[in-house]
Amino acid sequence: MAIEKKNRNSIPEQAPEVRAHNFEEVALGFDAALAQDEASRCLNCKNAPCMKGCPVGVRIPEFLALVKEGKFEEAGNVIKSTNSLPSVCGRVCPQEEQCEKNCIRARIDGAVSIGGVERFVGDFMLSLPPRSHKIQKTGKRAAIVGSGPAGLTCAAQLAAAGVDVTVYEAFHKTGGVLVYGIPEFRLPKKLVGAEVDKLKELGVKFSLDTVVGKTVTIEELQQDNDAIFIGSGAGLPMFMGIPGENLNGVLSANEYLTRVNLMRAYDSNAATPVMHGKNVVVVGAGNVAMDAARTALRMGAETVSIVYRRGREEMPARKEEIRHAEQEGIKFVLLSNPVCFEGENGWVNRIKCIKMELGEPDASGRRSPVEIKGSEFYIDADMVIVALGTSPNPLIKDSFDKLQTAKKGILVVDENMMTSVDGIYAGGDAVTGAATVILAMGAGRKAAKAILERFGIKESNN
Amino acid sequence: MNKILKKRTLAPKVNEYVIEAPAVAKHAHPGQFIILRVDEEGERIPFTICDYDKEAGTVTILVQEVGYSTMKLASVPEGGYIADFVGPLGKPTDLTEYKNIVLVGGGIGSAVIYPQAKHLFSLGKPATIIVGARNKDLIMYEDEFRAAAKELYIATDDGSYGVKGFVTDVLKGLLDKGGIDCVMAVGPMPMMRAVSALTLNYGVKTVVSMNPIMVDGTGMCGGCRVTVGGKTRYACVDGPEFDGHEIDWQEAMQRLSAYRDQEKEHVCRLTGEKR
Repeated sequence: MAIEKKNRNSIPEQAPEVRAHNFEEVALGFDAALAQDEASRCLNCKNAPCMKGCPVGVRIPEFLALVKEGKFEEAGNVIKSTNSLPSVCGRVCPQEEQCEKNCIRARIDGAVSIGGVERFVGDFMLSLPPRSHKIQKTGKRAAIVGSGPAGLTCAAQLAAAGVDVTVYEAFHKTGGVLVYGIPEFRLPKKLVGAEVDKLKELGVKFSLDTVVGKTVTIEELQQDNDAIFIGSGAGLPMFMGIPGENLNGVLSANEYLTRVNLMRAYDSNAATPVMHGKNVVVVGAGNVAMDAARTALRMGAETVSIVYRRGREEMPARKEEIRHAEQEGIKFVLLSNPVCFEGENGWVNRIKCIKMELGEPDASGRRSPVEIKGSEFYIDADMVIVALGTSPNPLIKDSFDKLQTAKKGILVVDENMMTSVDGIYAGGDAVTGAATVILAMGAGRKAAKAILERFGIKESNN
Repeated sequence: MNKILKKRTLAPKVNEYVIEAPAVAKHAHPGQFIILRVDEEGERIPFTICDYDKEAGTVTILVQEVGYSTMKLASVPEGGYIADFVGPLGKPTDLTEYKNIVLVGGGIGSAVIYPQAKHLFSLGKPATIIVGARNKDLIMYEDEFRAAAKELYIATDDGSYGVKGFVTDVLKGLLDKGGIDCVMAVGPMPMMRAVSALTLNYGVKTVVSMNPIMVDGTGMCGGCRVTVGGKTRYACVDGPEFDGHEIDWQEAMQRLSAYRDQEKEHVCRLTGEKR
């Protein structure tokens, strides 16, 4: 049967020249009519190839069919049974690499905008009045370390099944990377707050300002709980280890984004100070680098450049983020790598770079960059943001050496997400190293399943 | 929310706060620090722990009013609450392997050596203590130190109390006599740098407590980078205490000034104060 052509609806966005100067959300999202129209493009394939691309197994054709009929709450319940944070995932998931990549329509007239519709449904669910849940308590207790996407997902699944759950968060605010890392213009913080409120409705308790390994030990958590899930993320920033890196004006993307996002330094009345560079250079080309560059632009920088040692095709950021950055006026200095940072009176003022060319593919399959001798050049910069990735925070393993770790301090887990210590599970970036929100959520969900099995409790579908 | 159980003024613009924080007190050791936020709009500011009482569940800090946030903290009355109080952060300092220890405190930093003084006293090996300040009014915890010290020396810049001169002058006299195997210095960076430069001549192990700029205090931001022995270390998770002979002091002092202009501007804008 021939498929009737019907092009993919694009999600309305703020114009680049406007949004480059504000922290409002870039993508405006579908309204109900557009969401229904887009959902109607789903062919409801029998084998649902889209679902195979989803790390948390959202029943995509089922929820799209409900959206098409205008049954938004029912659609939301379908998503929520496997994905506790739809309004977050609808915004930050790399759908083009996951569900939408597998969509049959992708090669015909554009994949169904699954993320766009999911976002609409997620936001719809958040607009509903608080629900009182009648959950039968099981008497089991679990502690979740970290309130990022892995921890929140695990907490939601366990609480829905009647486990008494407490989430421990080191910061003064819940959400982990969703609040300190991802900027407001990509993920409004009030949404994360609203998702957390939904978890509170399920009975999840939050203990803020609690650094596990410092304020409370793993041994103490073991005494008070029947299981522990560690979702402490990968928070340790990597630097290049080149001369001049400790000059004032050179900072990690983590520091810059935390000051601006979590500490709200984008508001000039905020108590937390932040540096304002005129000529900002961001080193790295992942999603965090794009976030840092676009944030610097919104903070008033005159020029913002991304310096990356590989080429355009190799940039690890989502295509959409690269497109957004380019539209907003971020410059890309590709196949170039910093050699050292130079400065005056202790402040950085320029970067010495060297041109690179791509050689043979390395172990990761990417062609490794090689320096071109004698091709050094300078870029003026009064602020440099290093966004070269992060590794797991060693705080927990340093305080509890029974946890087995592999290189870069990642926690070792078995096929059920259990660590080397019985009853202690882990997932997310703490186990994989820096990855995506949705993979962390998938891990949180898988661990919750294993914990429920351990408890002999059936998983809830609510 | 954490309650300020007791608050007293020890010197002009220097307050001691006893904060209700049972979990922090329970796990605290000498050398560690906390991070607090005064209110929901506040910044995260680190302070070294001056004292803790595990049974009462309290942690004591000394705070000098130097900027917007410390002024705001000073405006909270006894019995009032602050938004956040996190800790204990950083690594504890264990000096028990040394036999003859001198603790040197400068300015408000002198209070920070108190937990170590108390700890060493409780182990039956009290330290020699040198406390220095600009003048008599800024000498703090004198009675407490006297009770915990083998010998207590006081130095003031203007000679209004104790010996006239710097802590390094007193320390030099002690080093010349010999027998000291460890010096721990806490105070402003120029003072810690001067102590480290002095002890280097005598080859005496020297521990200092760094107080750099930081945001989270758990290793996440990297703002507290300190070059120690040619390697970049994070004061929040690798420190805050390091070997004073290995620190790149010039870099550390430069980094401390990174937000100074903004801080000044902020205080002026929000309080109308001229600085």
